[in-house]
Amino acid sequence: MQLHKRKEYWNSPTMSWWERAYLFEIVRGLSITGGVFMQNMWRWMTGRKGALTTYYPEETRSDYAANNRGKHVLTQRPDGTPQCIACNMCATVCPAKVIEIEAGFDPDDPAHPKYPVRFEIDYSRCIFCGLCVEACPEDAIRMVKEVPNLPTFDRRDMWLGLEELLTWNPQSDVAKPYPGKRGGRQDARKP
Amino acid sequence: MIQDLVVNLLFIGYAVTVLLVFGTVLTWVERKQAAIMSDRIGANRAYVRIPFTQFKLIWWGLFHGLADGLKMMLKEDFRPNSYDRVAYAIAPWVVFTPVLLVFAVIPFGGTLHPGELVPALAGWFGDKAYPLQIARLDAGLLVVFAFGGLTIIGAMLAGWSSDNKFSLLGALRAGSQMISYELIMGLTVLGLILIYGTVDLGAIAQQQSGVVLGVLPAWGIFFQPFAAILFLTAAIAENKRIPFDLPEAESELIAGYFTEYSAMKMGLFMFAEFIEIAIIGALFTTLFLGGYNLPFMTDAGFVLPGGREFPLAHGVVVVLQLVVFLAKVLLVCSFQILVRWSLPRFRYDQLLRFAWKFMFPLALINLTVTAVAVWALGAH
Repeated sequence: MQLHKRKEYWNSPTMSWWERAYLFEIVRGLSITGGVFMQNMWRWMTGRKGALTTYYPEETRSDYAANNRGKHVLTQRPDGTPQCIACNMCATVCPAKVIEIEAGFDPDDPAHPKYPVRFEIDYSRCIFCGLCVEACPEDAIRMVKEVPNLPTFDRRDMWLGLEELLTWNPQSDVAKPYPGKRGGRQDARKP
Repeated sequence: MIQDLVVNLLFIGYAVTVLLVFGTVLTWVERKQAAIMSDRIGANRAYVRIPFTQFKLIWWGLFHGLADGLKMMLKEDFRPNSYDRVAYAIAPWVVFTPVLLVFAVIPFGGTLHPGELVPALAGWFGDKAYPLQIARLDAGLLVVFAFGGLTIIGAMLAGWSSDNKFSLLGALRAGSQMISYELIMGLTVLGLILIYGTVDLGAIAQQQSGVVLGVLPAWGIFFQPFAAILFLTAAIAENKRIPFDLPEAESELIAGYFTEYSAMKMGLFMFAEFIEIAIIGALFTTLFLGGYNLPFMTDAGFVLPGGREFPLAHGVVVVLQLVVFLAKVLLVCSFQILVRWSLPRFRYDQLLRFAWKFMFPLALINLTVTAVAVWALGAH
């Protein structure tokens, strides 16, 4: 005696006798998974990578977007000094309050008397919003698409300072015409 | 007398080492094979650093099994406030010990002549010969089933003494499932016993070194292909692995009958499961895949179907047989892992219906046909 009738669904599966016999479909499924296994093993044995996974942090993915907001860089003047004038606008606008700047006074450069003695970003709290880049009046801070090398056992190791931020090579920058490089054009802001 | 003791102790040491290594390595094989099957990399970070150097042995993550074992040892050994502490304490051992004992009757190689193998010992051993098997029992296959049946008691004890409803449900499922499938396992093997006329596993392995129909090696799988499939299915069900992992179905019963077990006690259950994979592999190899011999190979060397003979030295034969046995076992283990990571879990009613309405009649038909064929052909 059946107490309640099981509901019939519009897409209730109908199986052929071949599928009902169960064994053949199992063999098919096993051959699919086994085939993927053999294929990946063959790739691995012939020196290729048998997986879709990217090793992190050993490998960097090649498919980052061109405008990916990865790690910060400080742009440099042709003489290698940071373009930053330590105005603290990035530190002010930063929603996570991760930027710490300590300003110094340079009497030898009247055009840029302030410069950063210390410029540190705490990547354990950075949210990669890019507001610091937008706030900067000097185009001194930018974000490149590569991500910072962060994996560590101590969160205090996730502060990056001037030496890491200044590793970006300004020679390859086409967006910024440096004085003396494009037909001797002078910087407009210089008196 | 002393010689027998020495040789048997060596065999026992070899068998225990092989089983423990299989139990550890299979955890890694399972994770790695599952990963490769699904386009992933799998466990590859654990390493052993050689002391005083910066040289790290990674070996594709082979040490993850070791790390897992260490972790199990160091975990807190939580004990539930149960009314049956004794049963709770011995249940993991009741599961673990019989699994190890089963291997005692499985032949892992041909015959060993120590005097011929090491000439320096020839005076001591004389021309004594030892089959590479810990216990050469006439009732080998029966012993396998007797010990295999003991693990049910362990699972039931664990579920009952944990004082937990999930554990109890898991134990009930384990009991009904394992008893059902053990019957089928026995029935499928009966056909083989009819053909070979013995339950001595050593004799069964030896009988498979011949040739049938001119070219095929006389393996059990060629006599009983149907029984081989049924046996492997029932054995996986007996080991409570996916697609038959109802007793420990984690989405329904947390961990089934060992929900309340932690630390190394839980590790023992897991370890027993992985060793049982190897045991099933060894049993399947011995019964259906010709045991320790390559096709057309005997203790003396190769005899090809055409009648050409390639005699081999005794040492070469012994090493070859040990290696071939382990390789076959590993292949069967790998197949079980393939099944485990490919098929979805049965529902409980489907599981028992599959056992009693599908596999049981098939096993009976197989047995009947075999019996009639053996009687008609007048074999042995």
